[in-house]
Amino acid sequence: MNKPAAPNSFRTGPDEQGMFGIFGGRFVAETLMPLILDLQAEWDNAKTDPTFQEELAALGKHYTGRPSPLYFAERLTEHLGGAKIYFKREELNHTGSHKINNCLGQILLAKRMGKTRIIAETGAGQHGVASATVCARFGLPCVVYMGATDVERQAPNVFRMKLLGAEVKPVTSGHGTLKDAMNEALRDWVTNVDSTYYLIGTAAGPHPYPEMVRDFQSVIGQEAKEQLMEAEGKLPDMVVAAVGGGSNAIGIFHPFLDDRGVQIVGVEAGGRGLTGEEHCASITAGSPGVLHGNRTYLLQDGDGQIKDGHSISAGLDYPGIGPEHSWLQDSGRGEYVPIMDDEALEAFQLLTKLEGIIPALEPSHAIAEVMKRAPKMGKDQIILMNLSGRGDKDVHTVGKHLGMEL
Amino acid sequence: MTARMDARFAKLKEEGRPGLVCFIMSGDPDYDTSLSILKRLPAAGADIIELGMPFSDPMADGPAIQAAGLRALKAGQTLKKTLQMVSDFRQADTDTPIVLMGYYNPIYIYGVDTFLADAKAAGVDGLIIVDLPPEMDNELCLPALAADINFIRLATPTTDDKRLPAVLANTSGFVYYVSMTGITGGAIASTSAVAEAVNRIKGHTELPVCVGFGVKTAEQAKVIGRDADGVVVGTAIVQAVANTLDADNRASGDTVEAVATLVGGLAAGVRAARLEAAE
Repeated sequence: MNKPAAPNSFRTGPDEQGMFGIFGGRFVAETLMPLILDLQAEWDNAKTDPTFQEELAALGKHYTGRPSPLYFAERLTEHLGGAKIYFKREELNHTGSHKINNCLGQILLAKRMGKTRIIAETGAGQHGVASATVCARFGLPCVVYMGATDVERQAPNVFRMKLLGAEVKPVTSGHGTLKDAMNEALRDWVTNVDSTYYLIGTAAGPHPYPEMVRDFQSVIGQEAKEQLMEAEGKLPDMVVAAVGGGSNAIGIFHPFLDDRGVQIVGVEAGGRGLTGEEHCASITAGSPGVLHGNRTYLLQDGDGQIKDGHSISAGLDYPGIGPEHSWLQDSGRGEYVPIMDDEALEAFQLLTKLEGIIPALEPSHAIAEVMKRAPKMGKDQIILMNLSGRGDKDVHTVGKHLGMEL
Repeated sequence: MTARMDARFAKLKEEGRPGLVCFIMSGDPDYDTSLSILKRLPAAGADIIELGMPFSDPMADGPAIQAAGLRALKAGQTLKKTLQMVSDFRQADTDTPIVLMGYYNPIYIYGVDTFLADAKAAGVDGLIIVDLPPEMDNELCLPALAADINFIRLATPTTDDKRLPAVLANTSGFVYYVSMTGITGGAIASTSAVAEAVNRIKGHTELPVCVGFGVKTAEQAKVIGRDADGVVVGTAIVQAVANTLDADNRASGDTVEAVATLVGGLAAGVRAARLEAAE
């Protein structure tokens, strides 16, 4: 056997160096290193501080609307004719996605650290909107970096951020998508390191971000576990979530990682197919490398230059993935599969018609995978899926693909 | 050879002046022009050369060096070609130290051990890798030192006295002081604060201290050079290259000459640094 022996627990990472196996770490400029260490100290302190936890829980309840419902998708289950399908309804959260969970946690941390300015990067604009929202709520100035291409294709979210008082800075360097926005946010951070807190939106970046974002998002999986025990009296057979950077996925996966009977399935953006360049399947079609502060699976060429991905969903349009997912893949605990643009589009429409729920294009990838798996499973089996965001922001994109003028 | 770096700083000390460290992006705007610039630098007045390894996502660089890297990549530059360029340079110059500067991923993908062996064989004297802080020393710093290649660390305004020993621990060749919190090509807020920081670092190490990020003119080089052992200029040189290119980013007959003229002026600046200071 070449595979290393399975660890006793899959929930103890990262180690003190911020590593999940060979993945993760702190690959940042020296200018940022003292701040990263401060952040880690503050985070270590906050996670065991009952006051911090209570404040976060109260905001979750009264501001976000937690707990989000666990919903049995009866008609979809019937239609597919196999496993029972449950959705964790994160799309019902304030701001329309799971992103708010992390933003509330980090803004409390930024305040503890005495930071007076918040920066964030965004692709689809969901994290940008959630960041602008918490900044409005806590009275802090907010600058959101967004690729110029994304600014154009996500105009309603740009307007929302501006209404919320944030300054949206279009990034024209590189190809003007999420990876370039992250580069520019890092440049801002290194320049304004004294005053500024970088509110990273996904479970990636230098340690402690992947751990911190995961912990803030783990409320999803914890609630779902309790809710499912109440509804069915047992754990799911499979948990499915879409993976871009991977924050909604790690949030629902993590509480189940030591329940070995629960299959973990992450769904990457297969774009227009894995044979060409037009996809974002970092794990399925990439290789380990170092970018944006961590080692993880990346889309790159033989010279270590990072490629631009493609996905119909701007939120999955990132050539990397959170380091813990890379580790779950290599350790065999998680399985990561691609779903193509057209499959996601089909799932988007099916869910809308069968359940009266318009999903975002990101979780539509997860739905498409559920459509493949559920029919092959027994009727006594259960799939839990993270419905991470609502699709209002995507209706224009979908309309365009279906040849409709809105 | 680390000896080449040590010999160069010994010579500078003998001459009683700071060194001029010149950064160019390898492969910008194309391999041949870039090699011509590289070969011309020592005669123009560069004492040490930093050769940029282009990377698709240069997170610590300002617009000028970002653009230079993208031009190089578009012209087909790779890490292998950058090492080839050093080899070509070494055919005629065995005295001027060359430090490769860039980001870790291309080296990681090349393979650390193979890279170090090839870099050594090509005649590379040191490495400056922006995204490898002391916390990640096992990745490349320790293997580089074992392969007798200097690992030159960046110290920054945020590197306080408590952290400085960790930053200096495995540093060799020289210490690169980043003159401000920011990206390459920004503005230096206060030259007196830079001088203070240089002297603070010198209190912790015997190594030469060079200052970079934000030095653009001969006058600045002169002022910074009063306290620093070397002055690094990058953005201004890369911009001089850019200014001579045509609309399709192709080199013109003036490209090499424009760089040589700029470097000549900067060299005069560092040579005047201690003269005026002594007055």
